[in-house]
Amino acid sequence: MTDFGIGASVKRKEDRRFLLGKGRYTDDIQPNGLTHAVFVRSPHAHAAIKQIDSSAALAAPGVIAVLTGDDLSADGIGPLICGVTVTSDDGEPHKAPAHPALAQGKVNYVGDHVAIVVAETYAQARDGAELVMVDYEVLPAVTDTATAANPGQQQIHEVAPDNVCFNWPFGDKEGVEAAFASAHKVSSLDLVNNRMVTNAMEPRAALGEYNAGTEEITLHVTTQNPHVHRLVMSAFNQLAPEHKLRVVGPDVGGGFGVKIFVYAEELVVGWACRKLNRPIKWTAERTEAFLADAHGRDHVSKAEMAMDENGRFLAMRVHTRANLGAYLSTFGTMVPSYLYAFLLAGQYATPLIYSEVKAVFTNTAPVDACRGAGRPEATFLVERLVDVCAADMGMDPAEIRRINFIPVDAFPYQTPVVQCYDSGDYNAALNKALELAGYADFPARAEAAAVRGKCRGIGISSYVEACGMAPSAAVGQLGGGVGLWESAQVRFNPTGNVQVFTGTHSHGQGHETTFAQLVCDQLGVPIDNIEVIHGDTAKTQFGMGTYGSRSLAVGGVAIAKACDKLIAKGKKIAAHALEAAEGDIEFADGSFSVAGTDKAMGIGEVAFNAYVPHSYPERLEPGFDENAFFDPTNFSFPAGTHICEVEVDPETGEVDIIKYSAVDDFGRLINPMIVAGQVHGGIAHGVGQALLEACRYDSDGQLITASYMDYTMPRADNLPSFDLDYAPTHPPDNPLGVKGCGEAGAIGAPPAVINAIANALDVKHIEMPATPETVWRAAQTAARA
Amino acid sequence: MKNVELTVNGSPVSGEVESRTLLVHFLREHLRLTGTHIGCDTSQCGACVVHVNGKSVKSCTMLAVQADGAEVTTIEGLAHGEELHPMQQAFMDNHGLQCGFCTPGMIMSALDIVKRNGNELDEATVRKELEGNICRCTGYHNIVKSVQAGARAMGGES
Repeated sequence: MTDFGIGASVKRKEDRRFLLGKGRYTDDIQPNGLTHAVFVRSPHAHAAIKQIDSSAALAAPGVIAVLTGDDLSADGIGPLICGVTVTSDDGEPHKAPAHPALAQGKVNYVGDHVAIVVAETYAQARDGAELVMVDYEVLPAVTDTATAANPGQQQIHEVAPDNVCFNWPFGDKEGVEAAFASAHKVSSLDLVNNRMVTNAMEPRAALGEYNAGTEEITLHVTTQNPHVHRLVMSAFNQLAPEHKLRVVGPDVGGGFGVKIFVYAEELVVGWACRKLNRPIKWTAERTEAFLADAHGRDHVSKAEMAMDENGRFLAMRVHTRANLGAYLSTFGTMVPSYLYAFLLAGQYATPLIYSEVKAVFTNTAPVDACRGAGRPEATFLVERLVDVCAADMGMDPAEIRRINFIPVDAFPYQTPVVQCYDSGDYNAALNKALELAGYADFPARAEAAAVRGKCRGIGISSYVEACGMAPSAAVGQLGGGVGLWESAQVRFNPTGNVQVFTGTHSHGQGHETTFAQLVCDQLGVPIDNIEVIHGDTAKTQFGMGTYGSRSLAVGGVAIAKACDKLIAKGKKIAAHALEAAEGDIEFADGSFSVAGTDKAMGIGEVAFNAYVPHSYPERLEPGFDENAFFDPTNFSFPAGTHICEVEVDPETGEVDIIKYSAVDDFGRLINPMIVAGQVHGGIAHGVGQALLEACRYDSDGQLITASYMDYTMPRADNLPSFDLDYAPTHPPDNPLGVKGCGEAGAIGAPPAVINAIANALDVKHIEMPATPETVWRAAQTAARA
Repeated sequence: MKNVELTVNGSPVSGEVESRTLLVHFLREHLRLTGTHIGCDTSQCGACVVHVNGKSVKSCTMLAVQADGAEVTTIEGLAHGEELHPMQQAFMDNHGLQCGFCTPGMIMSALDIVKRNGNELDEATVRKELEGNICRCTGYHNIVKSVQAGARAMGGES
């Protein structure tokens, strides 16, 4: 390991600009002649639009235009799409109601887009928006996940009877039922996975600029995947041909999934900037983010496990209702289906699994991926159910996990739910975590706490997740509309420094450093001479972007492959210069040498020769610049055990996290400092879901948690410092030996926290978020029992 | 429209603003000092923290006209030439930032914490004092370490 290569905790190259206040986020960009947009949004959850009167707004100072759904459809700008098909139990594809970017006669959630007001200043646009008179006929609203598909409910979309998007059975139903019928013991649990608002700290924004000379639209947008935005807006929304649309995701202030999707606002801004021939910027206020960003989670489930007399899992059965919101977001259908049910095996060798997911429409914001996306929902269900199983069998939660783990010698392991896990040693991670958490000494600590009138609890969560998305063929078979390979270009300049273009996008993950380390390690170029470039469709050839913890596992491999090509070409150039056979050239530490001699030349000199090919191999192309694409052969399966220890005050219901220990398997770590940071953030997200964050609509469909005054984000004093360690295994499918790490914390943490609270109070279950009120009520009920 | 004159990062500046213009908008749009960010609309997130006459202020909560005559310091005013301020350096050394959006507010708050609590800060103090700044990326673990390290590095400076 070098100081800057693979395995080194290199300080981040991107930090300096952020620390100096020189980051460049979408809202920071102010072109000359800039105009400002504000969206008129529905105040009602469900209403017919009788009339829109823009006359007062148009007469207001500074207002340039008020554009509505009629203008949009007149210009042929298509509706927003959902990119993944799920086949329902009737053999038909999921129900896909039209999702206009500006309402067409009807609004379906509070915050739904009705019109865009463009004015010279932001204040004038706001004033103008308030003057747009919309005549609504209010309809009853449906908001509750569990009951949205009940008979007699208000219908939201004509194409979706009973508000059902799909009903998706999956697995061996008969086999599971037979196993349940003959089981020694069946444990069951009803549970809710609470709806979350993703809340990247930078609100979404879009800046559209039209060049009438080149007829090109440039759209700066808060995106995790600029090329996907361009592709969708070109191919499906008819905004502009791909070669006349440039999408830039400049510095982006956090994503966590919420900036994957193609939203109404950015499409409308892109269209309006050409129509008005003026640059237009829209930046969400936080309240708008709450109302109109895609939300996450929102499942209501019943989970059951059949066991033999030793507590071995024989079969699992799951029924889930998943809320998709008012319309289908870009990947809305995929989250509660493929990203959820395919993870229901967890870390266990449960031979039979059957699940049924009914996905419903409600008059709420669209629901889509939020850090973890489907896998936190699956993990929470499995790991809570396992604790209930342990209690029902009178077993230690660690022991019941241990006897049901997929054994280390069974990898690669084909689960009964599609996925084939690449590598893992679940027992090793569990043992290490138990030690890190001081599990053996827990009873003494609990006793000491009890003397103080406090309830101590300890909770285990052994998670596995599928990320590194994804083999394109598998995605296609599942009804996905894209390939999920990644691309890279590694370009030497004649003076020997290197530019790395990646199709992934960094919005906090530190790619500019991690990827530079990869190239530094492989090509022997000093890290200061390597620049990683991403986020601009005009610079990188193509890319699928960053989500599903894929950037290193997929995008990193593409970079390594491009470096391989440079080394192969470099050998030809060096062989010619050193007057040796190509087969005798070896490459190490940035130097091409003739085997067994002291003849050598540096890679910088080779690069120079490639651009100044005065003495150069015949028929070899000049230039030192290679492209590579990488399509993985499997997902990546990070796994680990997280253990949370809490102290509950039964008098107040307050939960204090005393210690949080995490042992993860991410394969080989490129930059351990960055990996630890990803885990910290993920755990905090998961603790937020478990203890604090609740997105709530009332029965009229009003979002009653639409600001940071009402929706509780985790703050520094809600969290402890975390104890991390690793139990790596080698994933044979990944050429770099790496697994994804960005979502693991958010997946592993919620059940660890809730298992700890349930343990502390000696109750079967407690719903998230376990607020003081919820915990206090549970403590009182437990005390009375 | 009102004319405001103030000192920002040591330089005198002035501008014509509407009465309703917030200090953060004046900094970002009039002065193009876009290091100060806007992360919410309820004065909760702290991405917009600057110093006004030596005290940390959420600049989304103050009108530009209220800052007339004041001395304002933003994230752009901390470094000495090429050299990062010790608190900025501590955030780099301890991986106290990821996406960078909350970072300017965190650092401006951190300096205020040091000013009020001294250079030896325990973890509980830092966590309590950071309650007005929200970060979604880091889980605060490394921010807390950064603030402690930055405070120590600042020595007797503040």
